[in-house]
Amino acid sequence: MSDEVRMGDAADQPQAFVLSDENREKAQAMISLFPEGRQASAVLPILDLAQRQNDGWLPRVALDYVAELLGIPRIQVYEVATFYSMLNLAPVGRHHVQVCTNLSCWLRGSDDVLTACKNVLGIEPGETTDDGLFTLSEAECLGACVNAPMMQIGDDYYEDLDAGSAQAVLTALTEGKTPEPGPQNGRKGCEPAGKLTSLTDKPAKARRKKAPATPVEKGGA
Amino acid sequence: MPKLTVNGREIEVEQGLTVLQACEQAGVEIPRFCYHERLSIAGNCRMCLVAMERSPKPIASCAMPAADGMVIHTDTPEVQKARKGVMEFLLINHPLDCPICDQGGECDLQDQAMGYGPDHSRFHENKRAVPEKYMGPLIKTFMTRCIHCTRCIRFATEVAGVPELGATGRGEHVEVGTYVGKALSSELSGNLIDLCPVGALTSAPYAFHARSWELRKTESVDVMDAVGSNIRVDARGLEVLRVLPRTNDEVNEEWISDKTRFACDGLRRQRLDRPYVRCDGKLHPATWSEAFAAIADRLRGVDGVRVAALAGDSADAESMFALKGLMASLGSPNRDCRQDGAKLEAGVRASYLFNTTIAGIERADACLLIGTNPRREATVLNARLRKRHLAGGFPIGLIGEAADLTYAYQHLGAGPETLAELVAGRHPFADTLDKAETPMLILGMGALARADGAAVLFAARRLAEQCGLVDPDHAWNGFNVLQMAAARVGGLDLGFVPADGGRDTEAILDGAGKGEIEVVYLLGADEIDTGRLGEAFVIYQGHHGDAGAMRADVVLPGGAYTEKHGTYVNTEGRPQIGRPAVSPPGDAREDWTIIRALSAALGCALPFDELASLRAAIEEAHPVFARIDEATPANWAAFGRDAETGVDPFASPVANYYMTDPISRASATMAQCTATFVSGADTKTGTHG
Amino acid sequence: MLGDSDRIFNNLYGFKDTSLTGARALGDWDGTRELIAKGREWIIEEVKSSGLRGRGGAGFGAGLKWSFMPKEPSGRPHYLVINADEGEPGTCKDREIMRSEPHKLIEGALLAGAAMGANTAYCYIRGEFRREAEALERAADEAREAGLIGADACGSGFAFDFVVHLGAGAYICGEETGLLESLEGKKGTPRLKPPFPAAAGLYGCPTTVNNVETIAAVPTILKRGADWFASLGRPNNTGTKLFCISGHVNDPCTVEEEMSIPLRELIETHAGGVRGGWDNLLAVIPGGSSVPLLPKSICDTVLMDFDSLQAVKSGLGTAAVMVMDKSTDIVRAIARLSKFYMHESCGQCTPCREGTGWMWRMMERFVVGNVSEEEIDLLDEVSRQIEGHTICALGDAAAWPVQGLIRHFRPELERRIEEYRAHAATRAA
Repeated sequence: MSDEVRMGDAADQPQAFVLSDENREKAQAMISLFPEGRQASAVLPILDLAQRQNDGWLPRVALDYVAELLGIPRIQVYEVATFYSMLNLAPVGRHHVQVCTNLSCWLRGSDDVLTACKNVLGIEPGETTDDGLFTLSEAECLGACVNAPMMQIGDDYYEDLDAGSAQAVLTALTEGKTPEPGPQNGRKGCEPAGKLTSLTDKPAKARRKKAPATPVEKGGA
Repeated sequence: MPKLTVNGREIEVEQGLTVLQACEQAGVEIPRFCYHERLSIAGNCRMCLVAMERSPKPIASCAMPAADGMVIHTDTPEVQKARKGVMEFLLINHPLDCPICDQGGECDLQDQAMGYGPDHSRFHENKRAVPEKYMGPLIKTFMTRCIHCTRCIRFATEVAGVPELGATGRGEHVEVGTYVGKALSSELSGNLIDLCPVGALTSAPYAFHARSWELRKTESVDVMDAVGSNIRVDARGLEVLRVLPRTNDEVNEEWISDKTRFACDGLRRQRLDRPYVRCDGKLHPATWSEAFAAIADRLRGVDGVRVAALAGDSADAESMFALKGLMASLGSPNRDCRQDGAKLEAGVRASYLFNTTIAGIERADACLLIGTNPRREATVLNARLRKRHLAGGFPIGLIGEAADLTYAYQHLGAGPETLAELVAGRHPFADTLDKAETPMLILGMGALARADGAAVLFAARRLAEQCGLVDPDHAWNGFNVLQMAAARVGGLDLGFVPADGGRDTEAILDGAGKGEIEVVYLLGADEIDTGRLGEAFVIYQGHHGDAGAMRADVVLPGGAYTEKHGTYVNTEGRPQIGRPAVSPPGDAREDWTIIRALSAALGCALPFDELASLRAAIEEAHPVFARIDEATPANWAAFGRDAETGVDPFASPVANYYMTDPISRASATMAQCTATFVSGADTKTGTHG
Repeated sequence: MLGDSDRIFNNLYGFKDTSLTGARALGDWDGTRELIAKGREWIIEEVKSSGLRGRGGAGFGAGLKWSFMPKEPSGRPHYLVINADEGEPGTCKDREIMRSEPHKLIEGALLAGAAMGANTAYCYIRGEFRREAEALERAADEAREAGLIGADACGSGFAFDFVVHLGAGAYICGEETGLLESLEGKKGTPRLKPPFPAAAGLYGCPTTVNNVETIAAVPTILKRGADWFASLGRPNNTGTKLFCISGHVNDPCTVEEEMSIPLRELIETHAGGVRGGWDNLLAVIPGGSSVPLLPKSICDTVLMDFDSLQAVKSGLGTAAVMVMDKSTDIVRAIARLSKFYMHESCGQCTPCREGTGWMWRMMERFVVGNVSEEEIDLLDEVSRQIEGHTICALGDAAAWPVQGLIRHFRPELERRIEEYRAHAATRAA
């Protein structure tokens, strides 16, 4: 979690960037979701697309490319790119490991999880392993608080962690395996880990209290 | 009209005002940093918080529309506390470097901290430091001082039309800049310095030169173009240190262009500070009487028709009037104030004025630009066109060179043939003009300073008449000539054009080359091809050792616009008064006094020996000069010449905005700008045009 | 305790089929066309009389908010924007709706859209929720293919589309006008109000922004009737609510319960109780990180609804219950939240940009006691200089946790100062 957002080193900056044909098509589809003349609305999805194409980070030429594609001032794209924490302006590892350290996770041991990650990877938050495989970050609340502590790797959440399971996940990734995302303690989702306290009955179908004005057939529209 | 109560006093204000403006009308001062009446509302500094009854929280008065029945308090303990709190927040990360800050003495933060701020710091943490940003040769940055009011960003985006500044990052890491360290590609960039309420953006050329309270402030008028921007000249001792805008909503609002502001260092270089006389091919220093004697010697026995005078682009009306008188005494009909040979007619005033007026642009609903690049030729006027563009419903067409004008336009064509199509009604834009209620056209020197200029002028007049651009019944005149020279309208008004049988610029140069003209008097005329002056005896009166002085046989050192009393009529036909901020250097003198003294030395003393009697004489001969600061509407009449137009495309005469006259050519700052913006790699970008 | 028959989210845990087929089996998309046919006035009135208050934190009446939309077509499109930028620490309820009950959300969006004349809904999901966005996208595709949304949604003649849009990591985009800015392709800096979104929202057009849970509750409310919803909870605090119980409980979970359930009952019934027993409780943050914490003494009796929590100077917020037992370093806990607000401040307006960082730096010193007693009052004052003075509510949200700490744990702050001094004296000796 780097607070200051600056352009990556000049040495890392490539000279040119274009979206692949496939991604250009995707970008056009994203633009088409918005009204005519409002193509700027697609800036975040398209920056994400560019970032994915470019190994997880956005060089300056990519920002300029997106500005050109959308017909908006470059500075608007620079502002956007430096505002949102998921947009990386310097190279990151193949696996971006983001450990949530906000309150709910901290209360349930995110310190241990973070320490485990540091030990396994041998780096501090904000750093990338020498082999370029991992970048470690501290993240703000990722919205999986009842499955705390948790971390995000790439697009996936690994939840209900402890030091051991966090280590196992990273080890699997190091070995080129894809660990199963989600809770690592056997839960399915956000239900209580013990006995279910709700949704145990046969669910009743939503019913009207009063008779409907128009009779409706079962199954709906 | 909403009625509201401010601190117990009921006032009625215009619809559409904000609470802040209503408070001001009620005579209540509201502190502010981000609010600026000519920019969009940001509401981010929170300094203008006031209490509004029935609102649980204080409101930002700059952003709240005044509404009927509002009860506002600006002096409650709650409001005072809010202001003090905001002040404290602004100061915690602001450096305590006022003693070395150029904004010191004219800093909003300093002033308001005195009025509303805490008396000591309670902040025990480390202060934030922000890296400097490169914004080009004109603006010095000290971004640690930035309070993030975003005035600069809004100005660049809205008024200047170069969306290059932004606030990158977020939270306490927000930084204002271009992100990529690039010079701001605007000819209005200097206004950022005035707008910045703190010392984050200051003038680079003026850096560490003076304190504001040491400066002598003189209200004057700019001569770098024909807009006639109202300026304040700040000087210390004999030096002009800076030029700032004065507010005049009719002319420049409160903006000036970068040349107006920053060319003033050119006033200190290459100055003519004593008379010179050429002897054995070289200019030698001389006394005034020696110089006058040399002129008298040469003129002796020369027929008036073999004498000619050319007035330059920044000549004041007083000296042109005096020179015209002197030429008449010598029997010379050969004089011209149109160095560039523009086919302007002195006879019909409406034919050479910007009749719509600059403020009138805001009432227009369609515009045709012909052979002009107003961004380069009249930067501040161009900002008015952009302002009108932003208001919407203002189609703009351009015949001429395509360029980034900071607003969108239709490029209709390159030259006279497109204009002819419009005149013939064959072009759809003619329809646009026809249907508009208040259409206007702007004819630039790129269309008039050419061989077929008179024919182009004629075609433009026909178009104006056909498409209803001129509608005296509704006090609308949409026919406009965009002048570039500060002296030009004044010269035409004074009749500084060939008398009957006299020669114009072209014929004078021709005659000089052929030996038919023996003596040429150049009143600050440097924009001619001096190589065409042949064997003529050249008298150069002016302030800079530029082209004219190089060729001269006698040099008479005059004053620059900051060193003399002078009247300049802007492109609208508005006479305005310039005043001396400093004395001319060395032996140099105010220009009209030189001509008056010379006339005495030649034995034909002009009938005025003080400024007041000279001005009275001008007003008597040309009543328009009596109406200072007013743009008097001109009557419509026929002008132009019904003739074939050429085929060459129109081209703007200004290739390099930063160097157009002897002062800007002598300016090191303008040289730096030329290197950065014109010849440099820092190419302009944008989404316009 | 709420019976399953009165639960809206009957597949909250995703144990059952989440596809259209499964959703239909659970009652989604049942009679939607007829509900639309009853007209916008009826829908708005029904939502109004149900008492449904916004579930995103502020608790503004949903029906009332909808009624601000222009009644007559103005030539400008109307928009429904769904706030799925769930980022309030402690909160993870909308995530469950999107991945397990996506059809309720889309059906609700259609009904809300019909009520406010909005033919398009943009659902703005926080960028990290990529899997949730994929689930919602799949559901929208299913609904589109089945004709439930599209040019003739449910055969009602009403055209409606549902667009999923991903953010890119900025808590402030959960603020409704920050969200609109972001959706327009800019930084998520909140706008000045007025104008409010109903007058000038997305692209300057009339817009209503609602939380995911609010919208997803609408179909059931309309189907079962406003009276049913209003009969749950207490007046002005009606209906059911998703609670996210995290922190020091035995079984953290998200659960749908009746509004106004006592906090203790909520924790003990659904989350397996406080770790180490109720008496091991130190404090609870009852409504997400933005609301002031409550010490155990208040937790013993307080009810989980808008009015009761406001009465004890806290708030229901997003109903994210963060439980802290006696092992918690409460100062460090609040310092962590201060860091969060500093990190998420958009930086636009002065008090928040400057004040959040100041508070965090002071809080870090409070954690170790390296402060003077006067700085307790200074911290409180700084928080009050932020509160109420900013463009959006993030300033308030940053101030309140700190104020809650000082209000309820001042002796702990003082104890640390003494401890620090004692240590310093020892070290010096």
